[in-house]
Amino acid sequence: MVNYKNRKTRQKITSLILTLILAIGGIAVLLPILWMLSTSLKDQGAVFIIPPKWIPNPIRWDNYSKALEFMNAKVVYKNTVLITFISILGTLISSSLVAFAFARLRAPGKEILFLLVLSTIMLPQQVVLIPQFIMFKLIGWIDTFYPLTLPFFFATTPFLIFLLRQFFMTIPIEMDEAARLDGCSYFQVYYKIILPLSKPAIGIVAIQSFMSNWNEFIRPLIFINSAAKYTVSVALANFSAEYGMTPWNLLMAASLVALLPCIALFFFAQRYFIQGIVVTGLKG
Amino acid sequence: MRKKKSRLVQQEIKAFYLFLSPWIIGMVLFTGGPLIASFLFSFTSYDIVKPPVWCGLSNYKEIFSDKIFIQSLKVTLKYVMGAVPLNVIGALILATILNQKVYGLSIWRTIYYLPVVTTGVAVSLLWSWVLNPEFGIVNTLLQKIFGIRGPDWFYSERWAIPSFILMSIWGVGGPMLIYLGGMQGIPTQLYEAAEIDGASWWQSYIHITLPLITPVIFYNLVTSIIGTFQVFTPAFIITQGGPNYASYFYVLNLFKHAFQYYHMGYASALAWILFVVVLILTIIAFRIANYWVYYEEKR
Repeated sequence: MVNYKNRKTRQKITSLILTLILAIGGIAVLLPILWMLSTSLKDQGAVFIIPPKWIPNPIRWDNYSKALEFMNAKVVYKNTVLITFISILGTLISSSLVAFAFARLRAPGKEILFLLVLSTIMLPQQVVLIPQFIMFKLIGWIDTFYPLTLPFFFATTPFLIFLLRQFFMTIPIEMDEAARLDGCSYFQVYYKIILPLSKPAIGIVAIQSFMSNWNEFIRPLIFINSAAKYTVSVALANFSAEYGMTPWNLLMAASLVALLPCIALFFFAQRYFIQGIVVTGLKG
Repeated sequence: MRKKKSRLVQQEIKAFYLFLSPWIIGMVLFTGGPLIASFLFSFTSYDIVKPPVWCGLSNYKEIFSDKIFIQSLKVTLKYVMGAVPLNVIGALILATILNQKVYGLSIWRTIYYLPVVTTGVAVSLLWSWVLNPEFGIVNTLLQKIFGIRGPDWFYSERWAIPSFILMSIWGVGGPMLIYLGGMQGIPTQLYEAAEIDGASWWQSYIHITLPLITPVIFYNLVTSIIGTFQVFTPAFIITQGGPNYASYFYVLNLFKHAFQYYHMGYASALAWILFVVVLILTIIAFRIANYWVYYEEKR
C-alpha cells in the first residue's frame, strides 16, 4: 500500500515537471505572436524604445485601419478570397472525382497511373513553374487570375487525391454494388453515396486547400503584375518598399490580419487539422 | 451471359478513365508537359522575347562553374542539415513528452501546432522583426535575462542561416502532431505486457515505442528534407539572399535567374538539377529505410 502511494506521488511529480517543461516551451512558441500583437498596437515612436515595453501606451487601434488602408485591403482581400474560393472548389471537385476512380473502379493501368500520382507528390514545384509561366505568357494569361485558379480544376494537388483515395477505400465496396444493382450510374454512386459519407475527408481537403491558397506566395508573385490584382501575400511583401521604410507597427498589424483567417479556422476546425495530419502521416 | 459481363467490365473501364480525365488533362498541361518542356529548355538559351536557341550542355557547364551556384548549394545544404535533424528529433522529444501523463494536453497541442497554421509572408515579416538586432524581442530578452548582447541574426553572415533554422524550429508542431498520432496508435496491451515483465519506462520506449513509430519518423524525415530544400519565401522576404550571399538559397537563385533576369534556359537547368538532387535524396532515404524502418507484417 505504501509502495503504491509512493508510486502515485512519483507519477504526479513527473507529470508536474513535464507539464512545466511544456509550459516553458509553450511560452517560447507564443512569444513571437504576442510580440507581433504588442507591436501592432504601438505608436510609431514607441516601436524603437529600448528596452521595448510589452504593453503599448498609448494603444493605437488606428494602426489597423491605417495599415489596411495603405495596403489597399478592400481590393487585395477580395482578390485573395475570390482566388482561394475558386481554387478550393476546383480542388474539391477534381480531386474527389479522380480519387473515386482510384478507390472504387477497376481498369487496366490503374496501378501505374496511381504510382504516377504518388510520384508527383514530391516533384518540386519549381521544375514546372518556368514552362507554366512561358505557357501562360504565350496565351496572354499573365496578370489574370486564371494561372492561380484554373489548374486546380485539373487535380493538380496529388497529395489531396491520395488523402481522399485513402478515405474512400475505408467505405465498404458493398455500398457501391448495392447502388449499382438498384440502377445507379457510377456518377450517382460518387455523388449520392461516396461524397455524403466522406464529409470529414472533404473537410480536411477544403481546409488544406484553403491554407495553401491563402498563403501562396511564389505563384501570385510571378503571375500577377498590377497592384489592383495583388493577393494579400504579395501586398504584404511590397508593403515596406511602397511605404519607403519599414513601419513595423503597421506591418505587424497587416501581418496579423493576414494570419487571422488561418488562426480562426484552426480554432474552429481543430479536429479536422489534427485528423488530416494523422491520416496522411500514418498512411504516408 | 459472358457477353453481358464483358460489357459491364468495358463500362467500368470507360467510367474509370472518364472520372480520371481531369487528372489526365492536368498531368499533360500542368505537370508532365511542363516537366518535359523544362528539360528541353535547359539545353537552350531563352529569354522569352526571342525564340529559344539550342546550346547543348552549356547551361549545365556554366552552372557548375558558377560561384554563386556553388554558394547557393552550400547555403541550402547547411540549412537542411541544421533544420531537418533539429525538427525531426525535436518533434520526437516533444511528442514523447506530450504522450506521457501531463496536465492540459490539448492546450499544449494547440499552442505548439499554432505556428504551423501561420505560414508565408506574414510569418517571415514577423521573424524579421522578432530577430531585429536592436529592437527585437529575442535580443532584448537575451540582454535582460542573461546579460549578453545577442547576435545580429539575419544581418550577420555567420548568423543568417542559424536564424532561418531557428525560424524553422518554430514549426516543430507539424511533425510533432504526426508523431503523436503514431504513438497513440500503438496498442496499450504491448505496454501492459512489458510492464508485467518488469520493463522500465525507458526500456518500453526503446523497444516498443521507437520501433513502432519508425515509419512515422521516416515520413517526417523525407517530407522535411524535401520541404527545407525548397525554402524560398522567408529568404525572399527577409534577406533577399544576403548579407553577401550568406542566405542565397537554391530556389532564390533559381527564382532570380528565371523571373528577374529571364534566363529561362539556365533557370530550367537549375530546376532540373534541384529535381534530380531531391529525387536522389529521396531514393537514398528509402534505401536506408530498409535497415531501420519497421513495418508491421501485413495480415
